[in-house]
Amino acid sequence: MKPKAASASGGNTLSRRIWKARWFYLLMLPGLIYFIIYKYIPMFGLITAFQDYSPSLGFLGSPWVGLKHFKQFFGYGSFEKLFFNTLIISLQSLLWSFPAPIILALFLNEVRHSAYKRVTQTIMYLPHFLSTVVVCSIAYQLFSVDSGILNVILKSLGQEPVNILMNEASYRPLFVGLGVWQSTGWGTIIYLAALSNVDVQMYEASMLEGAGRWKQMWYITIPSILPIIMTTLVLRLGDLLDVGLEKTLLLSNAINRNVSEVFDSYVYQRGVLNGKYSFSTAVGMFKSVVGLILVVTANWLSKKLTDEDIY
Amino acid sequence: MQAVSKKRFSAGDLFIYGIIGLFSLACLLPFWYVIASSLSMTPGFTISNFTLDGYRYIFSTSTLTRSLGNSFYITIAGTLVKLFFTSMMAYALSETWVPGRRLVLNLVIFTMLFSGGMIPTYFVVKGTGLMNSLWSLVIPGLISPFNLIIMKNFYQSIPAEIKESARVDGCPELTLLFKIIMPLSTATLATFGLFYAVGLWNTYMSALLYIPDSNKWPIQVLLRQIVYVSSSIGDEAAVESEVALLSTNIKMAVVLVATVPIVCLYPFLQKHFAKGIMVGAVKG
Repeated sequence: MKPKAASASGGNTLSRRIWKARWFYLLMLPGLIYFIIYKYIPMFGLITAFQDYSPSLGFLGSPWVGLKHFKQFFGYGSFEKLFFNTLIISLQSLLWSFPAPIILALFLNEVRHSAYKRVTQTIMYLPHFLSTVVVCSIAYQLFSVDSGILNVILKSLGQEPVNILMNEASYRPLFVGLGVWQSTGWGTIIYLAALSNVDVQMYEASMLEGAGRWKQMWYITIPSILPIIMTTLVLRLGDLLDVGLEKTLLLSNAINRNVSEVFDSYVYQRGVLNGKYSFSTAVGMFKSVVGLILVVTANWLSKKLTDEDIY
Repeated sequence: MQAVSKKRFSAGDLFIYGIIGLFSLACLLPFWYVIASSLSMTPGFTISNFTLDGYRYIFSTSTLTRSLGNSFYITIAGTLVKLFFTSMMAYALSETWVPGRRLVLNLVIFTMLFSGGMIPTYFVVKGTGLMNSLWSLVIPGLISPFNLIIMKNFYQSIPAEIKESARVDGCPELTLLFKIIMPLSTATLATFGLFYAVGLWNTYMSALLYIPDSNKWPIQVLLRQIVYVSSSIGDEAAVESEVALLSTNIKMAVVLVATVPIVCLYPFLQKHFAKGIMVGAVKG
């Protein structure tokens, strides 16, 4: 018995544990290789931001130019516009599409007819599953100047047609509005789940005290889902610079370019379409670094506020 | 609950029910517009001058069917492949005693925080020979780190006794995985399969970046081309007169065809997705 016990404790050395885990390493390996090739090599590829990259010379052979591309980006005037556009559209989206699902969830929570609740929920979740292309295609059809339903109605009322699609002033409302349309219903899920955990006794007690529906909502319901609201908000702040490349590309055109161009679409335009690889990598790198800072800050904030670590 | 539902329908209720009703209507009406317009000579919310010309037209050439075929192929094959590799890695990472596990997990999490961005990724995709291949829509995003971590949490929640008793009986690790763990996790696999399937069916950006060959376009890219080029909006410098003449019913028929598979999956999506999102929210 004694020698056996000794060898068993000896079996807990690192090399024995690694040998014991060999099958798990095998299972991990394909995934690990994927992350290295498609996630870590591109990170390494960021060095092209400091080069004049040419595909024929490769990541390692291209000439080094230091901060040339960053200087060009910050000095040329495009930076201010991109930063402003990205931030404005992101903040406007946040302003509308963040509170909307909370309000809708609070309302849904008040619905007492379960059939009504079920049917409306089913309908409101649907837009979430549509592709960006489908959503934008429908928008193009609804708002087009000559055949769109909006302008058909306006014309029949004797009004001037409005061109929502090719107009600087309407670009942001359109972008934000489509986001609200697509994500509000689905966004309620997380809040509804939190709401279902609220202690019913609190409502009963408050009813005895004579609190009405709106008072209950304000003093019981909202405070009890406040932690999840904060977590969601912090997460959203973390990707403040991500405004949705697909939607931007699908809704932008020569006429609204001044307000629609954001970091991601600029990188696509300059890098993929115009072949300015190193310059657009530098722009992308700036965005990634700021994004990282934002996420880390958001996580730190979340820890401070709710004691919960998101990552 | 009984007492609550006996309450009178107040003005506040009317307001709340009304807002919810209006928003649902706003979500539904565009769909109805698409359906009605695809079946009418003149676009609108009512079917006027019923016609199937739109559908007849889009299926008269092989362009749309080929594109649909590409999308179906990549959605089905891609979902299986992504699910296979994600669950495999998630299972391996669920064993907390494995040396180096924390390191691998941190490597995965870091990719959620920072990325090389579009251009370097583009060159890696090119370098690995995926340009113009349908697999460029799958391989560069093979494992979603978010799904991986939720799945890992799921495997971790399987009682350790199940695995231990099998191991004591001398069951090899891989047999354990396929004979015991997999059957236990069918619901989870279905949920993440649906996640991946929707993503793949709706894929647009990757195809725009990696597939210049129009024969290999998935449906979303073709749809974009049909709707945008023919609306003479966007950056298309030369609008071909032939395409410009496409009528609304044709465009709406394509929108509908690109949406129908999602709508068919919808009952499953709604049920499982809501569950999946909650698992993520609780365990994140």
